[in-house]
Amino acid sequence: MRPIVEMLDVSCIYEDLSVLHGVNLNLYAGQFAGIVGPTGSGKTTLLKTILGMVRPAKGRIAINDGDRPVNGRRPGFIGYVPQLEAVELSFPVTVEQVIMMGRYGVMGWLPWPGRQDRKKVADLLEQLRIGECAGRHIHELSGGQLQRVFLARALIGEPRLLLLDEPTSGVDVNTQHDILHLLGELNHKGMTILLATHDLNSVAAHLPWIICFQRKVIAQGPPDKVFTPEILRLTYNAEMLVIREGRFMLMTHATPLLHETHGHGRPPEKD
Amino acid sequence: MEFIIAPLRYEFFLRGLLAAILIGSLCGVIGVFIVLRGMSYIGHGLSHAVFGGAVVSYLMNLNFYIGAGFWGFISALLIKRITKTKKIGADAAIGIITTASFALGVALISRVRRFTRNLEAALFGNILGVTAEDLYVIAAVLTISFIAIFLLYKELLFTTFDKETAEVFGVDTDRVDTFFSLILAAAIIASMQVIGVTLIAAALVIPAITARLLTDSFHKMIILSLLFGMLTAIAGMYASYYLNAASGATIVLVATFLFSIVIGVTEISKTRKKKLV
Ligand SMILES: Nc1ncnc2c1ncn2[C@@H]1O[C@H](COP(=O)(O)OP(=O)(O)OP(=O)(O)O)[C@@H](O)[C@H]1O
Ligand SMILES: [Mg+2]
Repeated sequence: MRPIVEMLDVSCIYEDLSVLHGVNLNLYAGQFAGIVGPTGSGKTTLLKTILGMVRPAKGRIAINDGDRPVNGRRPGFIGYVPQLEAVELSFPVTVEQVIMMGRYGVMGWLPWPGRQDRKKVADLLEQLRIGECAGRHIHELSGGQLQRVFLARALIGEPRLLLLDEPTSGVDVNTQHDILHLLGELNHKGMTILLATHDLNSVAAHLPWIICFQRKVIAQGPPDKVFTPEILRLTYNAEMLVIREGRFMLMTHATPLLHETHGHGRPPEKD
Repeated sequence: MEFIIAPLRYEFFLRGLLAAILIGSLCGVIGVFIVLRGMSYIGHGLSHAVFGGAVVSYLMNLNFYIGAGFWGFISALLIKRITKTKKIGADAAIGIITTASFALGVALISRVRRFTRNLEAALFGNILGVTAEDLYVIAAVLTISFIAIFLLYKELLFTTFDKETAEVFGVDTDRVDTFFSLILAAAIIASMQVIGVTLIAAALVIPAITARLLTDSFHKMIILSLLFGMLTAIAGMYASYYLNAASGATIVLVATFLFSIVIGVTEISKTRKKKLV
């Protein structure tokens, strides 16, 4: 069986900025993988290349269903949750209407959804525990609710492969845990998942497979194999501290504590 | 009652009123997509571009709708093509094409001096000179546009909201864009003889932003914008009849007046709410 995503020596160039540089990456059906890497390292571009939104300047990409290459745009194959910064929040749509967009490919020809469409959306909202938001306008939501809305839009089409761009940015630790836990359950039920994130610590705790990325794949493997100071230095061009405590791992930037060396920025001490 | 019925006894007024209502509704609906995509300048640009086509077709003794139509479709496609070029800002690119086309129209007019009110109509509109042919064209454009928007509503909404993602979800956004440019060009050409090149942009934008102030729902915004377009057309026509002022300009002024009231009221109620909290 061929990998569901197959990238062979893929390079991407925006105008004259080379963003992806000889990427070789296979993602197999059933995988749950996280891409990490510094800002501007090309994570979003990598996802967009897989989605066919960005054309590679060089190399080959194939999306496969078993042994056959398929068009990733066919309904029900790839789901996508964009980086929230890319969304125009002032746009006049409600939560239900946004999620319905994910069903446009399979809905009837009428502009409005049928009863079955609405039931599907309502069920999914319940499942994601944002049932009370259905009729709200999208600018009336918290960051965590918003993430779930766009996750729901991708899930409503029941995709085989789910790509997410920073699904846990801007939410608190509990919500991060909730979202990653939910993705873990979806993966258990058979969905292949690839997400990009900055949040090393929570992917170390939740994801079985990590891809360190900086214009190309620097290393990949289970978290305890790739989250080492050497690989992190190569990925981030910075000294990183890796702390292991039983089954837990914590990564942090290994600079001296700046507020101690500089000593300012505190309120005046009382004597 | 007499106040309302009196002008209707004149056929020219009746025709003008019908034309204004149809165009008000059409521009109201199309304007929603234009405003939400931040393309207000495109209505302005395209209408000026079509003016060049109108002059050329007049000089060549072509039917206005055929000449301007051809010109308008070419401009719309060119604009769509140039908008894809990243280096030149879309607004600047559109500015070049459309002002050049407009300038060509003006230059031709200044050379050939046998111009009649036809071209003045194209510039400033002439609602009271609407012919039966004009009415048929407007009605046809409106019917076709509304049916097409109804059938493509979902794709249009998704593309307007988030074009990149819509593509990933299987929407053929290029087709949607082309189709929308064509509808827009058709609407502009149909409106030109009636409200004039210089006022089309206002007819497209004002009802839609007024509606936006009043609702957070996409389909309600379309319905409200259509109603505003229609109502301001009717009120504007009567006002222009009794004030003896140019109809196109009066309609735009009435729409602006409505907009000011709505923005005033919504701002006041917002401040009130804040104080209560
Ligand atoms: N549409 C574009 N046109 C030109 N350059 C772009 C475009 N999109 C991204 N870039 C550039 O490509 C590089 C990689 O961007 P990308 O968004 O893929 O990074 P990223 O890893 O997702 O970053 P972040 O973590 O901040 O989201 C950046 O230098 C960015 O400036
Ligand atoms: Mg990114």
